Amino acid sequence: MVENYLRQSALAHLGLEGRAATDEAEAPVRLHERVLPAAVNLRGDSDDPGFLEAVKLAAGLDLPLAPNTTRGDERRAALWLGPDEWLLLHHDAEPDAESRLAAKLREALAGRHSAVTEVGESLACIRVAGPRAADVIAKGCPLDLHPSVFGGAGRCAQSHLAKTAVTLHQVSHEPAFDVYTRRSFSDYLWRWLSDAAREYAEA
Amino acid sequence: MLLITCPYCGPRCESEFSNGGEAHIERPKDPASLTDAEWAEFVFLRDNPKGLVLERWNHAQGCRRWFNVARDSVTYEILAVYPMGSPPPALEPRRYV
Amino acid sequence: MSGRMRLPHGGQVDHNKPLNFTFNGKSYRGLTGDSLAAALLANGVHLVGRSFKYHRPRGIVTAGPEEPNALVQVGEDPRSDPNIKATQLELVEGLSAASQNAWPSVEFDVGAINSTAARLIPAGFYYKTFMWPASAWKTYEHFIRRAAGLGTSPSQRDPDRYDKTYAHCDVLVVGAGPAGLAAALAAGRAGARVVLVEQDHLLGGALLSASEELIDGNPALDWVRAAETELRQMPGVRILTRTIAYGAFDHGFFGLMENVTDHLEEAPEHLPRHRLWKLRTKQTVFCSGSIERPLVFADNDRPGVMTASAVQSYVNRYAVKPGKRAVVFTNNDSGYGAALDMVAAGIEVAAVVDARPMATGPLSERAEAAGLRILPDRVIVGTEGRKRVSKVRVADLNAEGDGVVGAVEEIACDLVANSGGWNPTVHLFCQSKGKLRWDETHACFVPDQAMQASQRSAGAANGSFGLASCLGEGAEAGAAAAADTGFDAGAPVAAEAEDRDFLPGRWLWLVPSDKPLGKKAKHFVDQQNDVTAADLKLALREGYISIEHVKRYTTTGMATDQGKLGNVNAIGIVADAFGRPLPEVGVTTFRPPFTPVSFGIFAGRDVDDLLDPIRRTPMHAWHERNGALFEDVGQWRRPWYYPQYGEDMHGAVNREVKAVRESLGVLDASTLGKIDIQGPDAAEFLNRVYTNAWLKLDVGRCRYGLMLGEDGMVMDDGVTTRLGEQHFLMTTTTGNAAPVLAHLEDYLQTEWPDLKVYLTSVTEQFATITLSGPNARRLMAEISDAELSPNALPHMGFTAARVAGVPARIFRISFTGELSYEINVPASFGMAVWQTVMTAGERYGITPYGTESMHVLRAEKGYIIVGQETDGSVNPLDLDMGWIVSKTKDFIGKRSLTREDMLKPDRKQLVGILTKDPEEVLPEGAQLVEQVLKEPPMPMLGHVTSSYHSPNCGRSIAMALVKGGLAKKGETLFAPLEGGKVVPCVVADSPVFFDPDGERMRG
Repeated sequence: MVENYLRQSALAHLGLEGRAATDEAEAPVRLHERVLPAAVNLRGDSDDPGFLEAVKLAAGLDLPLAPNTTRGDERRAALWLGPDEWLLLHHDAEPDAESRLAAKLREALAGRHSAVTEVGESLACIRVAGPRAADVIAKGCPLDLHPSVFGGAGRCAQSHLAKTAVTLHQVSHEPAFDVYTRRSFSDYLWRWLSDAAREYAEA
Repeated sequence: MLLITCPYCGPRCESEFSNGGEAHIERPKDPASLTDAEWAEFVFLRDNPKGLVLERWNHAQGCRRWFNVARDSVTYEILAVYPMGSPPPALEPRRYV
Repeated sequence: MSGRMRLPHGGQVDHNKPLNFTFNGKSYRGLTGDSLAAALLANGVHLVGRSFKYHRPRGIVTAGPEEPNALVQVGEDPRSDPNIKATQLELVEGLSAASQNAWPSVEFDVGAINSTAARLIPAGFYYKTFMWPASAWKTYEHFIRRAAGLGTSPSQRDPDRYDKTYAHCDVLVVGAGPAGLAAALAAGRAGARVVLVEQDHLLGGALLSASEELIDGNPALDWVRAAETELRQMPGVRILTRTIAYGAFDHGFFGLMENVTDHLEEAPEHLPRHRLWKLRTKQTVFCSGSIERPLVFADNDRPGVMTASAVQSYVNRYAVKPGKRAVVFTNNDSGYGAALDMVAAGIEVAAVVDARPMATGPLSERAEAAGLRILPDRVIVGTEGRKRVSKVRVADLNAEGDGVVGAVEEIACDLVANSGGWNPTVHLFCQSKGKLRWDETHACFVPDQAMQASQRSAGAANGSFGLASCLGEGAEAGAAAAADTGFDAGAPVAAEAEDRDFLPGRWLWLVPSDKPLGKKAKHFVDQQNDVTAADLKLALREGYISIEHVKRYTTTGMATDQGKLGNVNAIGIVADAFGRPLPEVGVTTFRPPFTPVSFGIFAGRDVDDLLDPIRRTPMHAWHERNGALFEDVGQWRRPWYYPQYGEDMHGAVNREVKAVRESLGVLDASTLGKIDIQGPDAAEFLNRVYTNAWLKLDVGRCRYGLMLGEDGMVMDDGVTTRLGEQHFLMTTTTGNAAPVLAHLEDYLQTEWPDLKVYLTSVTEQFATITLSGPNARRLMAEISDAELSPNALPHMGFTAARVAGVPARIFRISFTGELSYEINVPASFGMAVWQTVMTAGERYGITPYGTESMHVLRAEKGYIIVGQETDGSVNPLDLDMGWIVSKTKDFIGKRSLTREDMLKPDRKQLVGILTKDPEEVLPEGAQLVEQVLKEPPMPMLGHVTSSYHSPNCGRSIAMALVKGGLAKKGETLFAPLEGGKVVPCVVADSPVFFDPDGERMRG
């Protein structure tokens, strides 16, 4: 039996869960870690209706075909990463959700040229939310996050934030963004974001 | 800092991209049949025109796709963006002295 | 009272809020709203520095960013900034500033000897004198730098915080004068996202310094306030005051520096001091106004000589009298504005010296009506006064404008307000590679064709100087910019105002004197760089023709000045000397920054432990708790060694490497790059990118591979495993993970798009725990359910099983030469599995080892490290690794291996090196020679790439790249070290120093 309580999220060493401030909901910027996302990187031919259908059946989500768009919600989502690449995400899922989703996809896509790769363990997810969330991200990220350009909730993009590669997923109009980075960079990114948000902490 | 329109992701800041040098240099099909000089031409020698350049870019911190860019190396104006494998669009050569 | 020269009321200052400050150690009072320059003038202080080269006394000339003289050092170490223009520095309580260009003091300046010896320091003097002999430059430089006084950098680290941010907008408006406000209003009303940048802390631009302009029938500043109110209510408009647009770059990218807290007495802890805005805009409207051009007359640099508009600014905006008795010297109508404003402020105007034959123009007519003494067709031919102008000498100008005639009249004064016309501020337009056009009527360069289609200029920046034109062009440009980004602005509505110009003018580039040029009088063109008209003419006599060369030779318009005051005068003087039309001479290149910016903004928050990412493995916290010292490998921070009980590095590494050979060691290898490769053509793809054969690798087996660039040089190495028929896992070296993936994607997407292969980075999906040593299998048996027998899991074999209850991939591969298992578990389980391994391994004395021990262990086995044994110029044959290079198939770089250069017998080849004294450990990088000469240089054969003490071999071991090394086995070479020591050593038969048959790892 796998002892799932032994799993450590990317930012476990910071002890973040004990730190939540009481008036957090009022803060101009709120940062927290969305721990242990299940995620599968999917490659395949979006011109092949059979591929899209198989994925839909296996994952329960339509794949977004328009650039920088997503399907699903903040708990389960499919993010467009490229013309033949998607990130399927499942938050707050059972510990084996990632391997089960990957297995279902592999089975459904058997015989089609595609690639299903578990990547959730390699990711850290930092939620940046609040009225000044976009301002904090803009300090290190060249994307224009204005709703008229970025498109608001349900949009995603890959870029860089400070000196890390990130995938941004805007999950609400508040705004709130889920910022995905490689696990090893998360400690740096967390400290960088905290520093960048400091200006608004006393607003 | 250029603004490069990735054919897949749209306009993005140059810092998301890496440059891959001159475009349309195909790897020889049968390297063994080439002379040293011909092989060196492929590996080492590139044009550096003042004017229209055709170059490869990779959206490294984005969708990771490679594509071609036609750019004026004097004004830095981007004249066209087109996919790998496509021939370059018909453009003025734009040579400067 | 805030200074004896302060007017009792008026201006944009708060007469009820005095501020204390010090200048050159002396205390003064100013008012809230003052610039430092205004506050100094209010206290009667004109002398603010010494000139750069001649150390002549210099005073405040302007009221803006074009100031050439009033450059001050502000604050005390460590909060100390050089090159701040007093004319732009907002006064704040407690401010302390000092002249930066005066040593030992501004009043008594030892460098002023240069002034009397001035004929010894012509243009190009530094080049001519101090460049020879070259060896003496260091001595000269020290003296010159000290005497030149370029300001002082703080000696301690900067305690302030700096911020930088990206930003985006539809329309950027540079400058918030009448044109800029009109443009921002038009674009904002249309719904565009607008950024309005203003270097001042107030909006209004030139209107702040005007006395009586009306807009829509009301005082102009009422309109400014209404515009500001409306703009601040627009959600899409961002107004950045105290912000300088210092640079224009490609594709609508601008650099802005915002001064966030310098104007605050106490800067709040959470705010940055300065902020860099990296702004990308779709459209730009340059409303940067214009800068008044001084006249180049004899001894025009005495303190008290100011531009006419600066005088107006001090009188009207700051309620300061810059003098008691003034002479106005002008060649156009705008000098009369200063004359009228001074009279209104109670300053005596002794005369208006007008180079024009007739004083005609709307303002001159008013001045005449007011009874001012106007001296038409006359010029100032000289000035007097040591630390302040005390009189001017005036004579009649000849018809050609190149000489004076008749008697000289002397007029006593303490202030000279002069105007030579106006130059549109085109710096950003030109930085954007826009082309200029010469406007013959106004005698100035104006924007012509913008290089970037999205750029417009409006108002004075566009050569349209009247207020109505500014408002009209601004509104039009703002509306057009908004329309070009898809917003319907409708027809632009311009506010109404008078459209008064400064014409007519009589343009003079060099005002003649009754004394010969450069002998008894100096005509300064560029006061900041101390360049005179005589210097320019000298440059021409010496053969410089291009204006760019003249600029470099004389230094006119260089450095922080960027030709704001002197550029057009210099071009005019050069044109006259050549007898060519001015536009033919052309302009010099304008470079960013427009005004100096702080270094801090470019660093932003990327300092200290945010300088660069520190990448942590899932077990990082364990390593920290257990006393590891860390080594940076790329951005990764890897355990280097784990000292115990006061061990030094040598002791710790000896203990760790012995433990691996004798029982069991454990390494955190999570940093190794991992690339997941899937698809029907995966094996074919590997076959093309590695030097060896991959098509027939069995599922469940691993193979070592070497990857070359197309130039045939070793690029990376690693073990790749066939997980399934169409599924491989490639490992790369730690530092090369990203470059290798990029290299593979490049070939896949651009050369071989027909291959059906997908690549995904999975470096961080797994925590990698490497068990190594004779007891590795015993421990594995206790914590894993894998079938571990040598038959079931042989060397270079793979299996999936559970380790510590966690699903794992187990690779039996070895970088130490011992029996080894690389265990990959999901990253989130890394810490838990590691801890289980440590606990279960206690009975085998399990010993964590770091990168240093890893290096020793692999060196004992003669294994290379890409990047240590190789440097981009080493091919596989140089490494004596011909065994891994396929003869039968093509692969990336293969053709290069048979190029003529690659086959030369004297290529540097990798060999093992043993010192004759086994205790002697060579330093890595040591050069090897065949014969030791008395002193360098001596012919070098190569260098040591790896060198360690090996406790398992009981001696030192090393590897080296040596010319023709493979043919030198058994020969003695020498390593001459620093300090004359020479270490003799022998080229070993093989670089494999331990267990050459590999029995231990295969066991």
